[in-house]
Amino acid sequence: MEADLGLLTASGGGGGASSGGSASGSISMLSKEDNRGLTSEESSSYADESGLELGLGLSLRGGGGRGGGRCKSAVWGPYARILTAKDLPSMGLKSSSDHKSPSSLSSSSSSSSSSMTKANFSSGTKRAADSGVSQVVGWPPIRAYRMNSLVNQSKSPPRDELHSTFERSKTKNEVIDLTNSGCNKNCNNVERKGQPKTSLFVKVNMDGFPIGRKVDLSAHACYETLAKTLEDMFCKATTTIGARGSGMEEHDVMAEAIGSSKLLDGSSEFVLTYEDKDGDWMLVGDVPWGMFLNSAKRLRIMRTSEAKGLGPRFQQRD
Amino acid sequence: MREDRPPPTPSRGGAYSPPPPDQVLENVLEHVLQFLTFRRDRNAAALVCRSWHRAEALTRLELFIGNCYAVAPRRAMERFRRATAVTIKGKPRFADFNLMPPDWGANFTPWVTFMAQCYRALEKLCLKRMFVTDEDLELLASFPSFRELVLICCDGFGTSGLAVVASKCRKLRVLDLIEDEVTDDEIDWISCFPEGETCLESLIFDCVECPIYFEALERLVARSPSLKKLKLNRYVSIVQLYRLMIRAPQLTHLGTGSFSPSEIVAQGDQEPDYSSAFDACRSLVCLSGFREIVPDYLPAIYPVCANLTSLNFSYANISAEQLRSVIRYCHKLQIFWVLDTVCDAGLQAVAATCKDLRELRVFPIDAREDSEAPVSDVGLLAISEGCRKLQSILYFCQRMTNAAVIAMSENCPELVVFRLCIMGRHLPDHVTREPMDEGFGAIVKNCKKLTRLATSGLLTDRAFSYIGQYGKLVRTLSVAFAGDSDTGLKYVLEGCPRLQKLEIRDSPFGDSALRTGLHRYYNMRFLWMSSCRLTRRGCKEIAQQMPHLVVEMINGEEEEVKDDYVDTLYMYRSLDGPRADAPSFVTIL
Repeated sequence: MEADLGLLTASGGGGGASSGGSASGSISMLSKEDNRGLTSEESSSYADESGLELGLGLSLRGGGGRGGGRCKSAVWGPYARILTAKDLPSMGLKSSSDHKSPSSLSSSSSSSSSSMTKANFSSGTKRAADSGVSQVVGWPPIRAYRMNSLVNQSKSPPRDELHSTFERSKTKNEVIDLTNSGCNKNCNNVERKGQPKTSLFVKVNMDGFPIGRKVDLSAHACYETLAKTLEDMFCKATTTIGARGSGMEEHDVMAEAIGSSKLLDGSSEFVLTYEDKDGDWMLVGDVPWGMFLNSAKRLRIMRTSEAKGLGPRFQQRD
Repeated sequence: MREDRPPPTPSRGGAYSPPPPDQVLENVLEHVLQFLTFRRDRNAAALVCRSWHRAEALTRLELFIGNCYAVAPRRAMERFRRATAVTIKGKPRFADFNLMPPDWGANFTPWVTFMAQCYRALEKLCLKRMFVTDEDLELLASFPSFRELVLICCDGFGTSGLAVVASKCRKLRVLDLIEDEVTDDEIDWISCFPEGETCLESLIFDCVECPIYFEALERLVARSPSLKKLKLNRYVSIVQLYRLMIRAPQLTHLGTGSFSPSEIVAQGDQEPDYSSAFDACRSLVCLSGFREIVPDYLPAIYPVCANLTSLNFSYANISAEQLRSVIRYCHKLQIFWVLDTVCDAGLQAVAATCKDLRELRVFPIDAREDSEAPVSDVGLLAISEGCRKLQSILYFCQRMTNAAVIAMSENCPELVVFRLCIMGRHLPDHVTREPMDEGFGAIVKNCKKLTRLATSGLLTDRAFSYIGQYGKLVRTLSVAFAGDSDTGLKYVLEGCPRLQKLEIRDSPFGDSALRTGLHRYYNMRFLWMSSCRLTRRGCKEIAQQMPHLVVEMINGEEEEVKDDYVDTLYMYRSLDGPRADAPSFVTIL
């Protein structure tokens, strides 16, 4: 299990290149093997046995708040937030993916949702401990507005880093198709510093959610970062605005659904769809990224139940 | 003395009847008290005697409510009947970090409803962390003299509310929206300002995350000759910025919007001379924005650097070298906000030039506990050595040493605000591996003017003993993931006489510590303790012993009451008892 999580992180790093300053959910669980990137004190704090206590308890000293403790894990859970290339349906890697079992992840991510929701904490806590690092709600103390702004920015990561993470993901994934290389190409475009960017703002609406948002498609290089940004947008929106008037229950449902971050592979309650130039509604993820950029007019996060009939994937499931 | 009072004349019988002393005194008082502006002075004056209380109440023009639940609208407004400017603060600060569920409260509606009856002459309103609806804004807009609206960290309203304010407030001079959450109702609110010359002096909308109709904004700026402060949102491109700047060279405060082009600019394209636009703004002293900066355009601001007193680069992903090219001209800079992408080297450049720096804030571009922050103790040390007049610092980092913090305490004796955030929890001094106790201890000991302190890193009870011993002026203290035992909190509650706001999270402080502060709580604005070791029983005890304290237990989980522990305690004094609008997840003991 540890090794698998490590793999997930390594390849997730590419998608996470533009994950920016989101304290409440960027994937940062690291197995021991991956701690080489951290300084020694950090890895000792999080990755080894004392990390277990950190995950369980509230503070290191004196065993934390109480026995059995409670880990105020991130609003959306620390697990599998970033979808890697292998998650894309066109990759067809789900069968070969032993990196995570959907059921365990969905339960763990739903259980690690915000302390403010009626989540089952004990299982989430344990998993946080197993994986090492858990993101805590509201820490570091940066206002949501600032974090959202930094996420929206098209940050150009240093040239080397971007290439190396993609290299890593390539070697770990046997099957690499157009999407991945298309992503790579776009990332190269993004990373050239100083080149003025095109803004491709499209509206995004989520079912059951009165407030629509806008996202800049050109700020992303691949589906993963787009999905993550959308999750951030709507999860942050639900914690501040969305729940208002709709009651806490619906908020929780949405929190859990989005938190399981299966927007792209169709196994959550919500799927990500887009309206193309012809006015048809299509599932996001089926075409190469560049093609998607050219044809998407707006996005909609719709309930899976309503998305039947869109694209071949659902026909197969039925 | 009032001129219209006849001087007392002695009557023929020799009996002299002066005017009643109360009236004379009140007349004098009213004249004198109008010179008192600081609310602390006014509060003191109001305590002298009943007539002073009355006179002060009638002459207070600015009403400040530090906690919207500390007093009912009716009581406040009936006492201060002539106030024309009101400031109200709602949620506690930790609500900004998702530590409080939405719908907790801090509703503005009950206040504005009362204002509509009592304060129709209201001119200025400032709200912080309140929930404000579009209907509230509509009601405000109907006040005939209303001219200044400042909303900070508020939510609950959208562009439709803004549209009403724009169209109905004929005398609007200030519309400042600062870090609010504004919903996009797809209304072009900028177009709603009435035609003809406006009296706008300040228009700040950089937090409004919706596109605006630029031509309407351009026309608005063109017909607002008094406009001094303009802060644009990121939907305004640099070309559009240029067009606005040439129409408003009188600006003193400018938020530049995205600071990047909206379309791809090919190599040979004709671009405006941005530098000349900045050159024309002779009065510019405060520059911010740069939301999506393309660093190539940075040289455009060189002409104004020498005059800048405030520069906000905290959304600009720029390197040390890029910063250096700008900061070397900013000799007069007093306030500087920046992202940690500039690294220690960038901060060294700041220290070399900005000798007048009063306030520094360094934000992380990657705000996660395990991120590799590029600033460290090296940057802090450089700042302390270069910027001796520093008064306020907020510094996010991953690596810090006691030595650097101690150096700052010695080099910067003017420090009033010291907020250090070592993002990794429980991280010790990265060189000596010791707790950060000595560093924070030195700060409270050497910085005699310190009133605000935020701690981080590995801290034992010793750190709190220092705070209690030396932090005699500390009013605001923020603690997270720190301390060993109840003793830590006891040191603070017993030692800091001026404590007003105490916010603690995830620290092992329990009921026994809470009890030691009983003598303190009526003098404090609030106490926040989340994920500590408080029990329901302990909180109830406090509530019973202190009837004027509202003790709120905010539980994250409604169903699992598996133990007696309290998720969040939020406690504050109140003149009017527990509030009526508490949601179901709040239990008022």
